Amino acid sequence: ANWDKVLQNIYQYYMNETPQRTKLIDVFLVFIAVVGALQFLYCILAGNYPFNAFLSGFGATVGQFVLTISLRIQTAAANKSDFPEVSPERAFADYVVCSLILHFFCVNFIN
Amino acid sequence: MAAKTQGPAVGYTTESTRTLLRVVILCFIAAAAISSRLFSVIRFESIIHEFDPWFNFRATKYLVANGFHKFWDWFDDRTWHPLGRVTGGTLYPGLMVTSGAIYHALRTLTIPVDIRNICVLLAPACSGLTAFATYLLTNEMTTSPSAGLLAAVFMGIAPGYISRSVAGSYDNEAIAIFLLVFTFYLWIKALKLGSMLWGALCALFYGYMVASWGGYAFITCLLPVHALVLICMGRYSTRLYVSYTTWYALGTLASMQIPFVGFLPIKTSEHMPALGIFGFIQLIGFIQYVRSAISGRQFQTFLVTILVATFGLGLLGLVALTSLGYVAPWSGRFYSLWDTGYAKIHIPIIASVSEHQPTAWPSFFFDLNFLIWLFPAGVYLCFQDLKDEHVFVVVYALFGSYFAGVMVRLMLTLTPVVCVAAAMAASQILDTYLSWKSATPPEEQEAPKKVKGGLRGSDKPNVGIYSNLTKVMVSGSMLVYLLMFVSHCTWVTSNAYSSPSVVLASRMPDGSQHIIDDYREAYQWLRQNTKEDAKIMSWWDYGYQIGGMADRPTLVDNNTWNNTHIATVGKAMSSREEVSYPIMRQHEVDYVLVVFGALLGYSGDDINKFLWMVRIAEGIWPDEVKERDFFTPQGEYRVDEGATETMKNSLMYKMSYYNYASLFPAGQAADRVRGVRIPDQGPVLNTLEEAFTSENWIIRIYKVKDLDNIGRDHANAAAFERGQKKKKPTKKRGARVLRVD
Repeated sequence: ANWDKVLQNIYQYYMNETPQRTKLIDVFLVFIAVVGALQFLYCILAGNYPFNAFLSGFGATVGQFVLTISLRIQTAAANKSDFPEVSPERAFADYVVCSLILHFFCVNFIN
Repeated sequence: MAAKTQGPAVGYTTESTRTLLRVVILCFIAAAAISSRLFSVIRFESIIHEFDPWFNFRATKYLVANGFHKFWDWFDDRTWHPLGRVTGGTLYPGLMVTSGAIYHALRTLTIPVDIRNICVLLAPACSGLTAFATYLLTNEMTTSPSAGLLAAVFMGIAPGYISRSVAGSYDNEAIAIFLLVFTFYLWIKALKLGSMLWGALCALFYGYMVASWGGYAFITCLLPVHALVLICMGRYSTRLYVSYTTWYALGTLASMQIPFVGFLPIKTSEHMPALGIFGFIQLIGFIQYVRSAISGRQFQTFLVTILVATFGLGLLGLVALTSLGYVAPWSGRFYSLWDTGYAKIHIPIIASVSEHQPTAWPSFFFDLNFLIWLFPAGVYLCFQDLKDEHVFVVVYALFGSYFAGVMVRLMLTLTPVVCVAAAMAASQILDTYLSWKSATPPEEQEAPKKVKGGLRGSDKPNVGIYSNLTKVMVSGSMLVYLLMFVSHCTWVTSNAYSSPSVVLASRMPDGSQHIIDDYREAYQWLRQNTKEDAKIMSWWDYGYQIGGMADRPTLVDNNTWNNTHIATVGKAMSSREEVSYPIMRQHEVDYVLVVFGALLGYSGDDINKFLWMVRIAEGIWPDEVKERDFFTPQGEYRVDEGATETMKNSLMYKMSYYNYASLFPAGQAADRVRGVRIPDQGPVLNTLEEAFTSENWIIRIYKVKDLDNIGRDHANAAAFERGQKKKKPTKKRGARVLRVD
């Protein structure tokens, strides 16, 4: 019944409360999600023959997605209390290291 | 005492004294852990024990000799004779690669150590690391300064862990338990800090664990369960999101790099909890975000329904995918943990392994001594202040106890949590009773005077220890228990777990030790007196040892990946000679090896394992091999003159008892394992000839005869050789059939 109102509220909240940098991260998130969805669609349409290739591509998007969300969580000012020991710079360094590990595994797995 | 008055400089010294003490204590613990595992090396020699380690040792030698790339795609044509084994894709390479790396590292340090010694001593070295990892894990659980050290001591010498990690036990568990505990430590750390880096480290060590041991499934199931319990308790936090998703995304990709694991993490049911919680946690994270965006009670209830519906849908989808066959159901080994009667009925090969039996009560006390009754207390203490990491201990304790109760072998995964929980309980006692400060006397009793109607437990009693006598008594008895624990552990390790199964030690009447070395005698005979590619047929238990010590190709070995092939060997062993001989010819068998303990009273011989061979063969050829035929009509399994005809004519019986009666004076041939008298007229072998029998008759090796030169069957040829041809050749023509060209 009040779904449209709810969605509108969310949209309002997002537009007003989110800092510019976080929005940038969100654009990247949308991009990753689209890439992942396209890969999945292609896998459904064309079959999954080199399954490792599909898995590493899809795994890379999923992994990068959750890592980016983690970065987003850790850099958001609202979550400061949850992470007393993680500064935004530290979060970014962690993000870089984790992404490197992730891509190493994906490149290795795609053969 | 005097130091206390001297100001801040002294505080610094006590701090560093503590650190020094800690380091020294940890070093001593590591030393104790290592040295208590060396009984077998000192008593006997530095060799690999048991069966499985011989394959690991052989693979390690291959790795060291040929390099990593060749090891990775090593096709081993000296096992599973006609088939071979794609070894690189069917083993967990972590153990071999670790010891190979140590080997090369030591060589570059110009300490050339033989690879065998590295393999023998890897498990003790890792046990020191395990003690340290337990120290770290326990320090995450409690603020008590002594708990970590106590846990390290417990883990260092607890027999439950020593049993799988004595020197010479070069098995996957040697390294895996260290990785298990360390992965858990990293997980707890990641969860507490909510840091991606710790999550990534956890994933890397998880990947290492996957590369090392099949028991990694325990981690893959335990971490999601922990996460789920946290969510259900309403303890979802962004830290949980960060640590879990980082672990899952990186850890799953890491685990898929191992060829033996491959696509299993997305295709099998064991890994589905992790995937399900991964999806679920995304949903929760999103809903949490939305909840922070919007207020409204009605909306929250709405969300809860969505949550439950999605979870239900996910579960339904999983069930549908499993039943449609997209996701493989539980594998037999894993499934038999839930349905404990399953293996015995459907997969005799799983049930035939003695480690897969349920655990009896005494073995809990035997393996863990007083830890087993401190363990529930420690788990109870976790409930006292229930933080995220304590939930982990509780969940781990529940699952670990269940699995350890179902399978003897899984006592190993229970031991770490027992040590952690028991150390928490013990340190709680010691911290309370060892502090010199007496509790401050209660001011006046009148303040919390009885409020009428309140619960009796709700008014605060005065808790505290006032008398030094109590302190001394309680901590003294704790000390006694600790000392008893040490002596118990040493005793158990020395007496129960430190015997290499390759050499059998027995005591002479005068107390001196007599070593029975028949295994190596026979394997050495095979290595030196047979041609390089002579195929050996034996029961699968000895496959790895033959490959490792005798260096000859075998038909089946301890890696029981092809049940039919094992059943073929079982059929050859349990059939008449006329049936087995063609089987052996087809598989190009040159020698047959049986283990026979009747002379010495060695009970683990092939006659006692014979029924498993029959059962496994019967599973494939129910018409040709029947278990019922090996029992007398009264249902007894006999080997003396009362044995059934099928039993007496089976190849295994004939090979075991061939010529055995000739060792004894007439009428006194005895089987010391079965405790029966053997008929003087021993079995006759037509298709095999005795090639070697070891000193104590434990190992008997037979050579398979070639086909008869003039085309008779072996029974006729042998009868002719023995001069049993009929004196009066009958003139009558026998019933012959037409010759068909």
